[in-house]
Amino acid sequence: MSQAPALVVLIALIGGAIRVSTPFMFVALGECLTEKSGRVNLGLEGTLVLGAMCAYATAYHTGSPWLGVLAAGAAGAVLGAMHGYICKLPRVNDIAIGIAMMSFGTGVAFFFGKPYIQPQAPRLGALPLGAWTGNPQLAASLEVSPLLLLGIAVAALMAWAFANTRWGLIVRMTGDSAPAAKAMGVSVDLVRFLTTTMGGFLAGIGGAFLSLYYPGSWNQGLSSGQGLMAVALVIFARWSPVRCVVAALLFGAAGAIGPSLQSVGVNQGYYFFNAAPYILTLFIMVLSAKSKRAAHDVPGELSITK
Amino acid sequence: MTGPATMPGRAVSLETVAMSKRFGPLAALDDVSLRVPAGSFHALLGENGAGKSTLVKCIMGFYAADEGSVLLDGKEVEIRNPRDARAQGIGMVYQHFTLVPSLTAAENLLISRADAPLVVDWTREKRKLAEFLDRMPFKVPLDVPIAQFAAGEKQKLEILKLLYLDQHLLILDEPTSVLTPGEADEILGLLRDMTRRGEITVIMITHKFREVLSFCDSVTVLRRGRNVGGGRVSDLSTESMARLMIGDTQIRERAARADRAAGKTVLELAGLCANNDEGLPVLKAVNLKVHAGEIVGIAGVSGNGQSQLFEVLAGQRALDDGRVLIKDTPFEPNRDSYYRLKVFGLPEEPLKNAAVPKMTVAENIAFRSFDRPPIAKLGWWLSPVPMRDKARELIARYRVKTPSPETAIADLSGGNVQRAILARELSGDVDVLIVANPCFGLDFASVAEIRGQIMEQRNRGAAVLLVSEDLDEILELADRVAVMSGGTINYVAAVAATDRATIGQHMAGH
Repeated sequence: MSQAPALVVLIALIGGAIRVSTPFMFVALGECLTEKSGRVNLGLEGTLVLGAMCAYATAYHTGSPWLGVLAAGAAGAVLGAMHGYICKLPRVNDIAIGIAMMSFGTGVAFFFGKPYIQPQAPRLGALPLGAWTGNPQLAASLEVSPLLLLGIAVAALMAWAFANTRWGLIVRMTGDSAPAAKAMGVSVDLVRFLTTTMGGFLAGIGGAFLSLYYPGSWNQGLSSGQGLMAVALVIFARWSPVRCVVAALLFGAAGAIGPSLQSVGVNQGYYFFNAAPYILTLFIMVLSAKSKRAAHDVPGELSITK
Repeated sequence: MTGPATMPGRAVSLETVAMSKRFGPLAALDDVSLRVPAGSFHALLGENGAGKSTLVKCIMGFYAADEGSVLLDGKEVEIRNPRDARAQGIGMVYQHFTLVPSLTAAENLLISRADAPLVVDWTREKRKLAEFLDRMPFKVPLDVPIAQFAAGEKQKLEILKLLYLDQHLLILDEPTSVLTPGEADEILGLLRDMTRRGEITVIMITHKFREVLSFCDSVTVLRRGRNVGGGRVSDLSTESMARLMIGDTQIRERAARADRAAGKTVLELAGLCANNDEGLPVLKAVNLKVHAGEIVGIAGVSGNGQSQLFEVLAGQRALDDGRVLIKDTPFEPNRDSYYRLKVFGLPEEPLKNAAVPKMTVAENIAFRSFDRPPIAKLGWWLSPVPMRDKARELIARYRVKTPSPETAIADLSGGNVQRAILARELSGDVDVLIVANPCFGLDFASVAEIRGQIMEQRNRGAAVLLVSEDLDEILELADRVAVMSGGTINYVAAVAATDRATIGQHMAGH
C-alpha cells in the first residue's frame, strides 16, 4: 500500500457509501412515500428485519436470490398493509401503531429466522463498475449492487411521479390537506393504505440487501437500527426522494468512517467513529427541528408535526 | 367570451320543494321551499343555526333530506352525494379553503378534475389552463404554491376551480369572511357581472346585509329551519331583513357609550416584534397607546399579525423585541403581573384558548382566583365550597345557561362558554381588557350582551384593546381604530373621523 492515508480513507468512504447506503435508501424512500400521504410508519425497522429474514429464507430454499428480494418486498408490503389497515380504524395513533409494528416485525423475523442463522444462502451478484480503473482497491469500492441502482431509479421515478402524474398529485394532496382530498372525492384512507403498503414493500427490499448482499448473512443484530435512522433521514431530506438518495449515501459514508480509519491505522476512538451514523441522526434531528425550510416542506397532515 | 366554460345562457335555475331534515329531536330544516331563477344572485340570510348550511348541504348531497326534492331547470334531480351534485353542475365554495397548500394553482386545478390524466403533459395542460384563464374575469398566478397566495387570490381560485369544472350553479358559504372589503367587493362584483350575462347562477350564504343590498338580486331568510320570508332585494331594507332574521326578539340596541374624555395612557405597546411558528417575523414594530376609558379596535384582514399580537399580550408567544408598558411599568405576561396590573383578556375561540374543555364550569371560572383566598388557603390548599359559591354567583350574574356548576364547560353552547369566560375575566376590577373576536359565531342576543359588557368596562374606565375581523363590530364599539397590515399598524384614527372605505384601503396595505 503506497497510497496516502487520506486517499485510502476517501476511497473507503466512497466504498462505504456505495456498499452501506442501499438499505437506508429503500427504507427512506418507502417512508418518504408514506409520509407524503400524511402518515408516519415508524415500524419500518421491523419491516427491514423481516424483509431480511424472508429474503434469506427464500433464497436458501429456492436457490434464487432475486426470488428472495421479491419475497422480502412482499413481506414488507404485508406489514405495511397491516399498519395502513389498523391506522384507518377510528382513534388509532399511527406513531403508536408504528412502534408496535416495529416490535412485531422483528419478533416475527427472529421467531421464524432461528433455523437460517447457520446455513448459507446464495447471494446477490455485484456489478463491477470499477474494473476500468485498474486499481484493485478502487475497483472493490466501486462494486455496485444492482439494488443500489434500482433504488436510485425508484427515487427518480418517485420524484417524477409526484410532479407529473395524477397519482402523485393525489398522494401529495392527501398528505397536505385531507379535507381538500375528501372534498374532491378522494378516499384518504385508501390512498394512505396504498402508500403505506408500497412503503413497506420498498423497506422490505432494503432488508433483502442486508441479508443477501452486505453484510450478506442473516442474524438478529443485522439491522442495528438502520430502519429507524432512515425515518429520521426523510426529515433531513425534506420529503424529496432525490434528497433521500443523497442523504442515504451520506449516512452510508458516515458508517464507513470507523472501519476506514482503522484500515489506515487509526485505532483510537474506533467505537466512537462507528457511532457516527447515530450521532449524525441526533444532529440531524436537532438541526431539522430548527430549520425553517423543513417547516415549509413538511406535509401538512403528518401527525408528528400537527 | 367563447368556449364551453363560459358559454352565455348556461346558467340553470334551482328550486327546492318542501325540504325537511331532522337531526334527532331537532328540526334543522322544516318545509323549506325556495326558487332561484337562472342567472340570478341569490342570498341566503340567517343567524347561526338557522339552517342555511343544512339546506345547502342537502342540495349538495352531503345530507339526505328527509323530505322534499330539488329541481334544476324545472326538472327533478336526485342528488345522493356531492359527486352527483358535481355531475349536475352544482359547485360549492366552502367557508374554509379546500385548496392544497403545497400544490401550485395549476396543480390544484388539474387534480380537481375527475378525468385528470394519469400522466400529465404539463406543457399542454398549462397552455389549456392559460386559455381558460384568458376567458375568465378572475386572474391568478398559475405556478405559485397556494401557501403563498393571499386570501383574496385563494378565494378567486376556489371560484375558478368550479368554473374550470364546468359548474354553473355556484353555492358560496360566507365567501367574504376572510377578505378585505376591497377584495370582497371585487369578487362579488365580478360574480354579479357573470350572473347578469347569464353565465352562472349564484347562491350565497351570508349575514352581511351590506353585501346583500349591493350585490344580490333576491334573498331568502331562514329562521329556526323555516323559510320566513324574502323576496327581491330592491323591495327590502336592512331593518326588514334583520326583523325577519331574528323574529320577535328585540332588535338589539347599540351598546350605550358613556360620554367621557379619554384618561391617561394605560396600555402602551412599544415596538413589538415577534416571529411566527416558522420563525419568520410576523410582528414588525407594533406601536400603540390605549388610554383609560377607551376602546381601541384593531382592524385588519386575518393573517396580518393580529392573532400573534394577541398571543404576545396573552403570554402565548415570546416577544422578540420591544416591550409592553402598563401604567408606565414594564409588563411581563406572567400570573403575578396579570393580577397586580389588573390585566384581563378574552381570546378568540375561548373554548380552545381560555378554557380547559373537560373541566367543570366552576373550575374554569376559578382559573383567575383559585390560588388566592378565599378559595385557596396558604396559597395551595383549595376548598371547593367557596369555589362553587363564587361560580354560582357569577353564573347567575352573567346568565350562563348551564345545568350545574359541575358540568364540563365543553358541553355548553358557544355563547354560554363566552359568557362563562367573560364572567371570570370581568368579575374583578379591570384596568386593561384585551379582547379578540368576542362575538364570532354567536347569536344576536349573546352578541348584544357581550358587546354591552365590553362597553361597560370602557365606561368604568378600563383601557380596552379589541382585535376583531368584523369591521362593523369595531365601528360600533371602538373609540379609535388601528389598522394592522403586514405585521404593523399603518393607520390610527378616531372612529368618528374616518370611514369604511379609508379603513378598507389601509387593510389592503395602501
